[in-house]
Amino acid sequence: MSSIPPGVILILGSLLVPLLRGKLRQAWMLALPILSWLHLIGLPEGNLIELDLFGYALNPVRIDGLSLVWGHVFHIAAFVSVLYALHVKDLGQHVSGLMYAGAAIGAVFAGDLITLFVFWELTAISSVFLVWASRTERSYRAGMRYLVIQVGSGVILLAGILLRVNAGDGLAFDHIADAISLADLPSLLIFIAFGIKAAFPLLHNWLHDSYPEATPTGAVFLSAFTTKLAIYALARGFAGADCLIWIGATMTAFPIFYAVIENDLRRVLSYSLNNQLGFMVVGIGIGTHLSLNGTAAHAFAHILYKGLLFMSMGAVLHRTGTCKGSELGGLYKSMPITTVFCTIGAASISAFPLFSGFVSKSLIIAATAETGHTFVFLILLFASAGVFHHSGIKIPYFAFFAHDSGRRVKEAPLNMLLAMGILSALCIGIGCFPGPLYAILPYPLEHPFHAYTTMHVVTQLQLLIFSALAFTVLMRTGIYPPEKMAINLDTDWTYRRLLPGVWTVSARVVSGVWGAVLAGGVSCAVRGLRGVYRLHGPEGVFARTWRTGNIVLAAAMVLGGYLVLYFWE
Amino acid sequence: MSDERKRWLDEPKNVNKIVYTLYGVCVLLILVDFLPYKDHPHYDFEHRVGFYGIFGLVSCVGLVLTAKVLRRIVMRREDYYDE
Repeated sequence: MSSIPPGVILILGSLLVPLLRGKLRQAWMLALPILSWLHLIGLPEGNLIELDLFGYALNPVRIDGLSLVWGHVFHIAAFVSVLYALHVKDLGQHVSGLMYAGAAIGAVFAGDLITLFVFWELTAISSVFLVWASRTERSYRAGMRYLVIQVGSGVILLAGILLRVNAGDGLAFDHIADAISLADLPSLLIFIAFGIKAAFPLLHNWLHDSYPEATPTGAVFLSAFTTKLAIYALARGFAGADCLIWIGATMTAFPIFYAVIENDLRRVLSYSLNNQLGFMVVGIGIGTHLSLNGTAAHAFAHILYKGLLFMSMGAVLHRTGTCKGSELGGLYKSMPITTVFCTIGAASISAFPLFSGFVSKSLIIAATAETGHTFVFLILLFASAGVFHHSGIKIPYFAFFAHDSGRRVKEAPLNMLLAMGILSALCIGIGCFPGPLYAILPYPLEHPFHAYTTMHVVTQLQLLIFSALAFTVLMRTGIYPPEKMAINLDTDWTYRRLLPGVWTVSARVVSGVWGAVLAGGVSCAVRGLRGVYRLHGPEGVFARTWRTGNIVLAAAMVLGGYLVLYFWE
Repeated sequence: MSDERKRWLDEPKNVNKIVYTLYGVCVLLILVDFLPYKDHPHYDFEHRVGFYGIFGLVSCVGLVLTAKVLRRIVMRREDYYDE
């Protein structure tokens, strides 16, 4: 059994889904993540398979502490996502969801860069169908942009890998570089490829562009795997790279401004997803055992609460047909259970004590303070307050409370409620009893970390409750920007408007200049030919027949001129 | 709608109750800072009374006011890209 890489069970198993019908198909889909996980926990640690490719050693399966954290949580995410999507009739979504989860799991256990590349691209190709499955013009275009960027990231990764092999660094997927510099092109390319998938600032917009266009169930799958795979890859390859601290800090801060003014609540969640990735990236950049454990723990907790939040908004979208804050409100009356689950997800992402985000994020913030990064520490505090403000309060408030939209719908379907229930239980369970999560973290700590100290709990409550106060006061005074039917320009404007605009204008200029050059050339040529015709044509000077006498006269004049010049000199 | 039973939250005075409770909790959380519970701070500024609370409040107000300015720059009609 150890010759089967983790993830392959899901990928191959997904191909059998179309052959099954009804309850059997549902049972098979639910069983696949469980079978795959049982297979994983039965495997020993280490490099399990050694292959030889043109003289290069491949290790398609490497199991160690770091990869196992992601392996476990990806399996949980796959199971609850399948459960959440169980009512969906669209076969394509089931196959692509399972294959996507399998590819992400395969990538996490890749011990060499070629295996990583193969699964990296498979995650891109399999997941785009979850966006296209919305079957709207908008989702088709967003999916295309998503695919171009994701596959592009894979191509950059491959270029980096080839240059690295050429430089004699081999194919092993281990620590790649401590610092990023232009001189080290192979590492830089791999770093950029990881950065695109991790939604680094300015490379981030594919996330906010595509996830909100996916189907209600597709967005749940998408929220779990791609970006967290990139976080894993960064943690594996670039732990301790200083620039990641600043990149991460920027990621925590800037998306929250957009989240405040965004109307589509699933897009708000995408922005807060980006913000949470920032915390993990900071943890990788700091590179101590505490911070890297923090990144792993936060990725674990984050996948669960972010999935829960996307599920609750997916349920709202499924029942009401919209996810726009301006069209929702008062849904707690008809979807009370979803409201409770959403609130649990919101409390977890806001890192409220007793909820999962609290016990994972504190590791990263403590590591930031311990290593003396004061400014970054303050940015993380700001981002923590901000994430509570827009994800913790805004999402549940505008969807379920606020102004009653008058919508009366049914509660979410049972399978959706079950999936949300499992994740809610995990969010609270991890928050109240962090021991098991801390026990699977990859790096040994000198002193065990305690999240629940009086100081930590009280200061966190102060930060959060005063953020709630700010929201309340701004709401009641009417200063808070109302939800509006509008979109906000982000960096996708560059490739959706600016570049096409530049292209159109340049095409016009080039064709104009070319036309002018062509017309000018033709008229010059015509004028030249007319001149030649004037001289050499039937009426031209050179076409006349000259008499002998004239020629003799001309010769005599030339010779006379010569004599005059000779004597004068 | 009209025959729907009225919920507790439908009453504005109940919403006010929640808001006043929030104000009360805020005051309590500031008062707690006069107790010597900050036993493992990393920075001196963490000792200041109400540092975390005021930081949270100022951050969020700043966040919202900045976002309002940002909205003026980046907001477009919903069909902006569909043309």
